[in-house]
Amino acid sequence: MSRNGKVKVAILGSGNIGTDLMYKILKEPGPMELVLVAGIDPQSEGLARARALGLRTSVEGVQAILEDPDIRIVFDATSAKAHVRHAKLLREAGKVAVDLTPAAVGPYVVPPVNLGEHLDVPNVNLITCGGQATIPLVHAVNRVSPVRYAEIVSTVASRSAGPGTRQNIDEFTSTTARGLEVIGGASMGKAIIILNPAEPPIIMRNTIYCIPDDDEVDRDRVRESVERMVAEVQRYVPGYRLKNGPHFDRRDTPWGERTVVAMLLEIEGAGDYLPTYAGNLDIMTAAARRVGELIAQHMLTGAVA
Amino acid sequence: MKPPRITDTTLRDGSHAFRHQYTRDQVRRVVAALDDAGVPVIEVTHGDGLAGSSIQYGFSRVPDLDLVEEAASTARRARIAILLIPGIGTRKELREAVRRGATVARIATQCTEADISEQHFGLAKELGMEAVGLLMMAHMIPPERLAEQAKLMESYGADCVYVTDSAGAMLPWQAAAAVRELKQALRIQVGFHAHNNLGLGIGNCLAALEAGADQLDGSLRGCGAGAGNAATEVLAAVLDKAGLNPALNVFKLMDAAEFILSPMMPFQPMPDRDALTIGYAGTYSTFLLHARRIGEQLGLDPREILVELGRRKAVAGQEDWILDVALDLVRQKQAAVAS
Repeated sequence: MSRNGKVKVAILGSGNIGTDLMYKILKEPGPMELVLVAGIDPQSEGLARARALGLRTSVEGVQAILEDPDIRIVFDATSAKAHVRHAKLLREAGKVAVDLTPAAVGPYVVPPVNLGEHLDVPNVNLITCGGQATIPLVHAVNRVSPVRYAEIVSTVASRSAGPGTRQNIDEFTSTTARGLEVIGGASMGKAIIILNPAEPPIIMRNTIYCIPDDDEVDRDRVRESVERMVAEVQRYVPGYRLKNGPHFDRRDTPWGERTVVAMLLEIEGAGDYLPTYAGNLDIMTAAARRVGELIAQHMLTGAVA
Repeated sequence: MKPPRITDTTLRDGSHAFRHQYTRDQVRRVVAALDDAGVPVIEVTHGDGLAGSSIQYGFSRVPDLDLVEEAASTARRARIAILLIPGIGTRKELREAVRRGATVARIATQCTEADISEQHFGLAKELGMEAVGLLMMAHMIPPERLAEQAKLMESYGADCVYVTDSAGAMLPWQAAAAVRELKQALRIQVGFHAHNNLGLGIGNCLAALEAGADQLDGSLRGCGAGAGNAATEVLAAVLDKAGLNPALNVFKLMDAAEFILSPMMPFQPMPDRDALTIGYAGTYSTFLLHARRIGEQLGLDPREILVELGRRKAVAGQEDWILDVALDLVRQKQAAVAS
C-alpha cells in the first residue's frame, strides 16, 4: 500500500487496450494509484501519451514492473503468448495479474457474477468481450430458472476486431461458450461471432438467447432480474444498454417446443481512447478497471482486518 | 469457354428451405441420384455450415455430421463437401467432418472479412482436403476489393475462390465483372454461386462462365435460401446445349429433381414477393423464412423488415437483427399511433 492509502497498479502493454485502460483508471481510480505503464516499443503512442500525462513509463516490458516492489496489481494487455511468461514472473514477485489476453492462466471473472469468489487468487482472466457482455444476462436468467441452453451472438464492427481476434476466431467461440457454462450457469453454451464492415462502424451488438429449464418461467421475474443486472453492469460500463427484450418466444428446439428468452444488447464505448463504436474493447477495459478496483478494495480491507 | 465443375448444394443451401430438417433417408436418396447423374461434388451441411444448428439459425433435426457420414457412405464417385463459416463453426467440427468422409472444405466469410479464415484453410490443407473459399454478399463491394480479399484466401491455401451472390442481388454484368477481376488477380480457380431472387440464377451463371468461371453451384429445383439457387438440372441442360456439359447426365438430373427432391420439398423457392425483396434490397437470402415467421408473429409485412435490414447493411449470418428490426418497427408504429 502506498502512503496515500491506495494500492499501486501498473499497466503492461501500451497498445490500444492498455492505453484505453490507462485513461479509465486515471478517470476513476477508486482505491488504485496508477504508477507505471510499461511497453516494449519506444515509438508507441500509448507510452507517449502516458509520459505526457506525467506517468512513469518503461520500454523494458515486465522488467520495470518486477523491479518495483510497491506495485501490487498488474493489468496485462499484451498477448496470450507473452502473458504465459508474465504470469509466472508476476506470481513469483507476489503481484496479482489481471489478464486481458486470451491466455486464461487464472480463472475467468465477470465482475457482477463471480469476482467475489476470486478476490484472493494471483491471476484472473477477463474471458472475451462477448463473454463479458453476455454472461451477466445469462446469469440473470439462470438465477430465476436454471438455464438449459444459452446461445449468444456477438456482432462487432470490423474495424474494432484486431489481428489477434481475426487469427484466433475459433478460440473466441470456444472460450465464450465455455464461459456461458462455467460462469453464466447454463448447462450448455454456444457462441457465434460476426464481423460487420458497415461504415460508419456499427456499435457492438450482442444477442443472448436462453432456454430456461422451467418452460412456464415467471416472465416478470426474468424481466426484473435482467433489469437489475443491466443496472449493475452499467455501474462500470455506462454504455451497456438493453435495446430490445427480454422477448419471449416459442421455438422448436432439440428439447421439443420451448420458451426462448431473447435479449438484444448494445454496448457503446465511453470513448476514453478507443472509438465509441468499439464497445467490445470498452467492456474489456471497463471490466478490467472494475476488477482492479474490487481487488484493491479487498486488499485494503484485508490489511485493516 | 470450358465446361465448369459443378457442385450441387441441395443438401446445404437447400437445408434453409427445409428448415434444416433433412433426414438420413432423404440425404441418402438425393446423394444417390446426384452421384448417379455424374455430379462430382455434393455439399452436405446445415445451411449455415458446420455447427450452424442453433436458435439463431434453426436447429437441425439430424446432426449435420451424421448427414455427412450418410452422404459419404452413399456416394460412389462424388466427393462430399462441407461448409464452414468461421465465427460459427470451428476447426474441431472440420476435423470431425473429415473423419466422417468429407474431402472438400468450403470456407465462407463475409466478402470483406477473408482474414478470419486463415486457420481454417490451414487445417483443411493439412488434412489433405480440397479447400474452396466463398466470399459472401459479394454484391456489397466493388470487384477490385473483392479480388484483394480473394487473394488473401489464395495465400491461405485456397484452391478456388467463389464470387458468392448470397443476396441474389447481382445483375449479369456485375457477376461477370467480379469473376473477371478475380480471374485476373488469382492463379487459382474462380467460382460463382447464384441466388435466384431477381430471377437471374441461371443467367448469372452463364455470365460468370463467359467471364472465365471454372466452377458453378447449383441445387435441384433450385432448392436453396431466398428464391433458391440456379437449378442444377436446368444448368446441366443449358450447359449441354452450349456444348459445355461437364459429363452430367441431363435426363437423370431432371428425374432427380422431379421424382426424388420435389416430393420432399416443403415449398418451391421462387422469386415471390418476399424473396424478390431480398434481391432488390440486397439482404442475405436466408433471412427469408425468419423474417416471415417474425413478421407474422408481430403483425408486420416481411418486406418492411427486409428493406430495413438492407438499409442497416446487415451481413451474412445476422439473423438476430431480424427480431431487433421488427421490434423497433413495432415500437415506431405504436409511437406513431399514440401521437
